[in-house]
Amino acid sequence: MAVGIVRLHNLFAVVMLSGIYSLISAGLFVTMDAVDVAFTEAAVGGGIATVLMLGTLALTTDEEKGPLANLQVLPLLVVLITGAALIYGTLDMPSFGDPQAPIHQHVADLYLAEAPVTTGVPNIVTAVLASYRGYDTMGELSVIFTAGIGVMLLLGAGTRRRKD
Amino acid sequence: MRRHLVLRVTTKLLMPFILMFALYVQFHGDFGPGGGFQAGVIFGAGFILYALVYGVENARRVVPDSVIRVLIATGLLIYVGVGFVCLFLGGHFLDYNVLAHDPVHGQHLGISLVEFGVGTTVAATMITIFFTFARRGREVK
Repeated sequence: MAVGIVRLHNLFAVVMLSGIYSLISAGLFVTMDAVDVAFTEAAVGGGIATVLMLGTLALTTDEEKGPLANLQVLPLLVVLITGAALIYGTLDMPSFGDPQAPIHQHVADLYLAEAPVTTGVPNIVTAVLASYRGYDTMGELSVIFTAGIGVMLLLGAGTRRRKD
Repeated sequence: MRRHLVLRVTTKLLMPFILMFALYVQFHGDFGPGGGFQAGVIFGAGFILYALVYGVENARRVVPDSVIRVLIATGLLIYVGVGFVCLFLGGHFLDYNVLAHDPVHGQHLGISLVEFGVGTTVAATMITIFFTFARRGREVK
């Protein structure tokens, strides 16, 4: 599917393919028992992001410009090296669900044991997000707030008066 | 969009369920999967679906720009406000234990309020971004 996205020149089809990809990865998250993430992926990736991309296409054009004339050596080199470094980095990652993984040795056990007792909230994801990691969530919320303000300012929502 | 009868009828049938599901995800987020962000996105997606089928003008009659612009800020204010209330009640910033007599109840109350703030801002932001794009498209054409 990624190859299809790169090869296609019709941007409408590209947007549709990436929406389908989001939906499939939402299914993938469900099979990994991350229902919260699947929710978000299906609604944001499959729904809203696709609609926004279509809106952008309506503003611009839905055909890709022609390919660059000559082969760009430096960008290709950068991409290849970065990709190789990332793959090298995954080699000594612990396997999925390994109880000996470093992330399970730190505070995770404490959260699992304590969260339902101290917060009275059975859903530990919510408890961690809103209580133990309250500052992080506040930062994320202000990022969303800033994004909304930014779009309003850039694309001019509403109150601007036309001087005719 | 006048002629798409199936789309219009289906949207009208689905709207209450989408919004109800969003509210369920919002207020049941402490027991089942979900929470403020997911609820906000589903709520926003419901309005975006309505705007897609019935036109942005009709959707803006339901949620006027002035209201939604206030809502964006309200959500964040609720979140930060809860933090400051905790501060004034003698706890740390965002330390919900002091919100009620019982620390567990305080935690529960704080988490619910904060998630509600998240949901408000997320839903309002999603709707605003979509409306802004849609209106811009009409101006260009």
